Amino acid sequence: MRPIIQVTGLTKSYASGFQALKGVDLEIRAGEIFALLGPNGAGKTTMISIICGIVRPSAGRVLADGHDIIEQWREARSLIGLVPQELSTDAFETVWATVSFSRGLFGKPRNTAHIERVLRDLSLWDKKDSKIMTLSGGMKRRVMIAKALSHEPRILFLDEPTAGVDVELRRDMWGLIRRLRDTGVTIILTTHYIEEAEEMADRIGVINRGQIVLVEEKAELMRKLGRKQLTLQLAEPLAALPPSLAPYALEIAAGGMELVYTYDTRAERTGITRLLTDLASAGIRFRDLQTRQSSLEDIFVSLVTERP
Amino acid sequence: MNYRAIYAIYRFEMARTGRTLLQSIVSPVISTALYFVVFGAAIGSRIQAIDGVSYGAFIVPGLIMLSLLTHSISNASFGIYFPKFVGTIYELLSAPISFAEATVAYVGAAATKSVILGAIILATAALFVPLQVEHPFWMAAFLVLTAVTFSLFGFVIGIWADGFEKLQFVPMLVVTPLTFLGGSFYSIEMLPPFWQWVSLFNPVVYLVNGFRWSFHGTADVGIAVSLAMTLGILAICLAVVWWIFKTGWRLKN
Ligand SMILES: Nc1ncnc2c1ncn2[C@@H]1O[C@H](COP(=O)(O)OP(=O)(O)O)[C@@H](O)[C@H]1O
Ligand SMILES: [Mg+2]
Repeated sequence: MRPIIQVTGLTKSYASGFQALKGVDLEIRAGEIFALLGPNGAGKTTMISIICGIVRPSAGRVLADGHDIIEQWREARSLIGLVPQELSTDAFETVWATVSFSRGLFGKPRNTAHIERVLRDLSLWDKKDSKIMTLSGGMKRRVMIAKALSHEPRILFLDEPTAGVDVELRRDMWGLIRRLRDTGVTIILTTHYIEEAEEMADRIGVINRGQIVLVEEKAELMRKLGRKQLTLQLAEPLAALPPSLAPYALEIAAGGMELVYTYDTRAERTGITRLLTDLASAGIRFRDLQTRQSSLEDIFVSLVTERP
Repeated sequence: MNYRAIYAIYRFEMARTGRTLLQSIVSPVISTALYFVVFGAAIGSRIQAIDGVSYGAFIVPGLIMLSLLTHSISNASFGIYFPKFVGTIYELLSAPISFAEATVAYVGAAATKSVILGAIILATAALFVPLQVEHPFWMAAFLVLTAVTFSLFGFVIGIWADGFEKLQFVPMLVVTPLTFLGGSFYSIEMLPPFWQWVSLFNPVVYLVNGFRWSFHGTADVGIAVSLAMTLGILAICLAVVWWIFKTGWRLKN
């Protein structure tokens, strides 16, 4: 199937000379939730801004559902909704007016039923006649989402949608994003909250210093790069490891009360059976044990630090 | 063409004024009234009629031009500058709307407001002095042309400005002096020959005189020259807008 967004060799040098994107290639599949994960300054906002027509690319090409964003900008932009990172709204307009305005701006005919549905979905309905300046930050964020949804985009960009947002709104937003995906909208969100990518995404792309470091199915990513940790709670404190256990690279934790063994789930043998045998022969007894799957965060940190 | 977008912006801009309707109407009415009290009644009574027109009636066209220029510029420049300032410009830039369409919408709204303002001032002036308009068609034409031209000019300033100082700079330091020295309150024939000559380099002189001619049938410069100058300024503004368009929005990185 043709990707709904195809980015090829995308490069951006700002007027300052700073190169924010260094030849990015990326394909987004229709109907997926794609999380673009990367530390601050990685180039996430730059990439989104180029795709949405706000920033000019220095080189490279972007197709939105087959439409070149430069040559067929009108068709391309009609498909795309954007919720930018910065909270910027009109102050004096009412919620209803500003959301209706967005629909008009994107050339869509009046449809009060749709606007009402969007406002209800975002719990903004009883605020529809309020001036935006009277709303809280979280409510303003909802208004910005409503503006993006007012014109029924097929592709929705959410740039750090939950940065500085309270837990309740974050949960609401996740629910909304899933419902949107169920209606066939493709969603690209950027975040530096790993839990968000982990919770929401079908696929994850990691960007660092203007380069895509990897793109992977979330499940696959977890499986491929997932490491597990086995933690053993010891019966008696251990001061030092006997030499026979040296090959396992164990860590002593909790003041000698715990041993931590890190192993690779991909490896043919995890070495757990042998470790347990060797522990027994070394006379080390344990009361309990847990294993922990490393989170995306660990994966992310290792990716970003391994490839400077 | 994205007509719906043009209409959406136009309506948005008109609504912006609608929110301050009282202020938008009351302030020009009051300032016009003040001009008539000071220049018409107090000073004007000591000034003899110019070309057979009483001083009070003489200043009406200039007064309207003065407001038209400053309001067209400030309205149009603010309309496009403010979204840049608060960041809501992102939406305009990401929308399927061309630069030309956005220009039509913003300039159209600013010009509409200016024409309405001109009409309000005219109506207020009619309360103070007996007014006659000899060439109503040309009066309306000059009104609309000037409103459009200077709204375009303001739009360009709004795109160019990257701070409130720049936004105020041109209207304050260029347009206001040019208008005051442009024969709004006097006939340039009252000036010494040297300053008469200097005045001919002031484009506002032509605007004011063309407009005055449409009222009183007389002016310091010919109607054809006035019209040509007005159209010339319009052409320059259009050229600048075209250049901005050709070289990109100037709003994007
Ligand atoms: N207008 C600009 N001019 C110069 N540099 C910029 C500009 N905007 C962003 N940058 C730089 O580009 C890099 C990427 O920024 P950005 O795309 O905002 O990253 P992210 O969204 O991933 O945090 C940063 O180093 C930032 O400082
Ligand atoms: Mg960012």
